Amino acid sequence: MTSVPLTHDQSMTADWRDLLALTKPRVMSLVVFTGLCGLLAAPVPVHPVLGFAAVLCIALGAGAAGALNQWYEADLDAKMKRTANRPLPAGRMTRQTALHFGVGLAVFSVILMDLAANHLAAAILAVSILFYVLVYTVWLKRRTAQNIVIGGAAGAFPPLIGWVAATGDISTLPILLFAIIFLWTPPHFWALSLFVRTDYANAGVPMLPVVAGVTSTRRQILLYTLPMIAAAIAPWAMGLTGWLYGAVSIALNLVFLALAFAVLANRATEPKQMKPEKRLFAFSILYLFGLFAALVVDRWVIG
Amino acid sequence: MEPHAEDEVIRKRQRERSRVLAILLGLFVVLMFAITIAKMTINR
Repeated sequence: MTSVPLTHDQSMTADWRDLLALTKPRVMSLVVFTGLCGLLAAPVPVHPVLGFAAVLCIALGAGAAGALNQWYEADLDAKMKRTANRPLPAGRMTRQTALHFGVGLAVFSVILMDLAANHLAAAILAVSILFYVLVYTVWLKRRTAQNIVIGGAAGAFPPLIGWVAATGDISTLPILLFAIIFLWTPPHFWALSLFVRTDYANAGVPMLPVVAGVTSTRRQILLYTLPMIAAAIAPWAMGLTGWLYGAVSIALNLVFLALAFAVLANRATEPKQMKPEKRLFAFSILYLFGLFAALVVDRWVIG
Repeated sequence: MEPHAEDEVIRKRQRERSRVLAILLGLFVVLMFAITIAKMTINR
């Protein structure tokens, strides 16, 4: 077979592993889990194939949003240690490839959701992708310290989408699930941004610890933890879930509150001495997994 | 890296990508078929 000479564009052919990395698989795991829990917590039976397709669409939509976020933020990512090795800042892919991949995946996920579930689920999926890319990434992230507060809504959509894919409508419980993740995002991200704030400062991202300082951020973490706890206990308090969710929720929230107080009490300014912040960040991920798992077990076991 | 070796790396990357794309397209066809059957079952 004759070998055709390679063009300049072909020399930048991205490895499929880099395209996968563009979708932020680790973030996607939490998105898929909360979306699946929203679907399983719905009070209607879902056909396994359609349920699988809906969760797949949520995952693809999140991957598309992640890819478009990396396409737009390649310059920022290059300045931060944590993100400098991503495919774009590391020069392993062209920006055009990332853009085409992100847009294609976004359109595909919305169309497939419409075919597998319903119009409303597809519309909310489209809104969540646009919200993450346009409102959070393009508009808020480089402009205000409130980027995480408002942008957090993007990550709060999956359980709502899962629920709507199953039922076709919106009720109180999925709104509360949305509220839990929305209010969880600031303490979760601010705990992280406290010990990587130098990175954010160097990149010129106005995260709260960079703009308002570490003491104020620690206070804000506790202030946002309180409404988050209220939202997390509300499904049980309002009689929308059983005792199992209530018990797990109260236990997880007490630990979260204790860790938030430990963060508030910490006076350290050096990342090496920020153990309470690192502990809160790690626990916050476990917290969300535990809370949503309890919701599903409560629904399927207690009924 | 020598030009010839570099070409080989790029060609290998292209082959791998084509293979992954073919697998994904195959899975997509299976998924669309399964969705169609599931929708027909529900509507029956």
